[in-house]
Amino acid sequence: MTVHTVGSRRVVRAACAAAQELGLYTGMALAQAQALVPNLHMVEATPDEDDASLRELARWAIGYSPVVALDSPDGLWIDIAGVAHLFGSEEELLRDLISRLTRQGIAAKAAVADVPGAAWAIVRYGAGGVVPTGRTVDAVATLSIRALRIAPDKLSALHRLGIERVGQLAAMPRAPLVRRFGRDVALRLDQALGHAFEPITPTIPKDTPTASLAFAEPIGRLEDLNRVVLRLATDLCRQLERRGEGARRLDLLFQRVDQKSACLRVGTARANRDATHLAKLFDERLQTIDPGFGIEEVVLVASKIEPLTEMQVQAQGLADEGAGNADMGQLVDRLGARIGLRRVYRLAPVQSLVPERMARRIPALAPPTGAVWPENLPRPTRLLNPPELVVATALLPDHPPRFFVWRKVRHSVAKADGPERTTPEWWNGDKGSSARDYYRVETEQGGRYWIFRDAPTAEGGRWWMHGFFS
Amino acid sequence: MHAGQQDRLADLRHRIARLEGGSQKIKSLPFGLREIDGHLPGGGLARGALHEMIEAGLASEFAGSTTLFTAGIAARLRGPVLWCLTRRDLFAPGLLRAGLHPDRVIYAEAEREGEILPLIEEGLREKGLAAVVGEVTRLGLTASRRLQLAAEATGVTALVIRRWWTLAEKDLVHLPTAAVTRWRIAPALSELMPAPGLGRERWHVELLRCRGAEPHTWILEACDAKGRLALPADLADRSDQAADRRAAAS
Repeated sequence: MTVHTVGSRRVVRAACAAAQELGLYTGMALAQAQALVPNLHMVEATPDEDDASLRELARWAIGYSPVVALDSPDGLWIDIAGVAHLFGSEEELLRDLISRLTRQGIAAKAAVADVPGAAWAIVRYGAGGVVPTGRTVDAVATLSIRALRIAPDKLSALHRLGIERVGQLAAMPRAPLVRRFGRDVALRLDQALGHAFEPITPTIPKDTPTASLAFAEPIGRLEDLNRVVLRLATDLCRQLERRGEGARRLDLLFQRVDQKSACLRVGTARANRDATHLAKLFDERLQTIDPGFGIEEVVLVASKIEPLTEMQVQAQGLADEGAGNADMGQLVDRLGARIGLRRVYRLAPVQSLVPERMARRIPALAPPTGAVWPENLPRPTRLLNPPELVVATALLPDHPPRFFVWRKVRHSVAKADGPERTTPEWWNGDKGSSARDYYRVETEQGGRYWIFRDAPTAEGGRWWMHGFFS
Repeated sequence: MHAGQQDRLADLRHRIARLEGGSQKIKSLPFGLREIDGHLPGGGLARGALHEMIEAGLASEFAGSTTLFTAGIAARLRGPVLWCLTRRDLFAPGLLRAGLHPDRVIYAEAEREGEILPLIEEGLREKGLAAVVGEVTRLGLTASRRLQLAAEATGVTALVIRRWWTLAEKDLVHLPTAAVTRWRIAPALSELMPAPGLGRERWHVELLRCRGAEPHTWILEACDAKGRLALPADLADRSDQAADRRAAAS
């Protein structure tokens, strides 16, 4: 529990979960708390340090979304519009966020709602979690009016009138409410219910390379935006060059005339500070930005940077000879900006004989592994995953089949090769599956297939189609 | 045809080539087989051009032979290869059979069919690549023309494998495209071995369309570990049956 001084009173500033269970809460007089819990452990509050660590946390949270704002003393706003799909869904994003925080030893609660006010109310006074779009009013109405961020004196006045819940306050006639309690109570109510817009001003950590451009006349045309992005990128790259760093992730924030904001985020596969290249990564996605009545400020932030000392110099004469080890970084970035860097990859061999496990994905720019699969084992070019059951007839047990029926077509086998046995790999968690006998068969039409039997014939093995050579 | 006509023809060809913007001489990649290279203009598969591969046969939706044929071409070029795909049925160890080393291939996996053509074009604009392989269902005239122009500009070879899952999608393959060559590969019965086992695969390789050459069909042996095709020994070295027939008829 931490304590601080308000005027002449000593007041509880923060209490841990155990203390909260004992009935202590933020804003309680210290004397009262000590009366409740005799051997109370308390520490003098250090608001500056708290603030610094909250900023540190905000910087970490930029990994989730470019728009992160502080809600002092103990909260963060994260605008997840347009980023939730990267984590699967809003629920999964929350789960990921909470579990990472818990692992760092931070007790945290999070909520997702349509508007910042509602999310604030639900995370502090409600159950947390995700409020579905359009259900904000229902979710907030049952909460205490303390969830509205109203000044304490107004709160006690409302209490005296017997108004305890947000729903009650919302049901009151608007004009007398404003006359009696002032405009800010009505505004907070509207913000929580989603009737009034509330901007989240992104916090940009101090030493992050940033380039911004504000316009006297709002702009909205795509060509203008393109030009602005290029200019910002040039500016940013100059800063990065001075610091000897390159950008791994860029956030582009737009401030619209109506205070709404939009943002785009791109990543690069390798630290980079080539302005034209970085600006190009935004090209495709700029058209998804809705400029509304106009954009009055654009900010480009290099939110993730890495040291990059050497400056890449393009040697014209060497272009042809160096084709074998050409720099693929820019191509990978451009592809990544279109489909996401996770879906641009290389496949590296894994020492395993189970076909489904023979390759693993590695980043596209990982150093060459040099490893190959064993070349004496012929492998198909296409794999059917999962394998499909075929009905096959072999002349003798443990011989390749003579006929098989796959997808209602009967194939007669002209030649075959096999078996090649693969055994389940218990060290990889294969428990239930059994050994497979693979045969390469060629049908009378010339098609070559990779089929396997999952057990010896005597034990009732079934046949499966698994791949295609040709 | 006497000498004057031949000169005039050569002059016309030269002028057409200049009109088509081929100011720099188009390089080509020979197959290393006299029969094919002699048939193709330029003595091989043109680099910096769009080539289209279609699979025929019973399991044609899986494009097993075409994949190996394409991998063989890519393997014989120098430099990294971009492979754009939508489905995850590609089995990378199989590509090694044609000599395409896993370190050389960068995969770009699109979620939707519509994303794949921009990816291929993006790849074709990168000079350092040897080839871009794309697995495409829909390829119209406009789209293929765009890819062809992008390939011409940088000299990167575009290899498109046509894929389909439904019969309606399969029919799309017959529509015209701006590809420089169009190939159809079908598996053929391989040589009978004296003992049980499988020999080298054989393919019916059909050149369906090629600018400046007639369509033609070959029976070839599949790519070896260096990506080279071969003419089957029993077909290449057999006696000329046409001569026998002529002798029998006379």
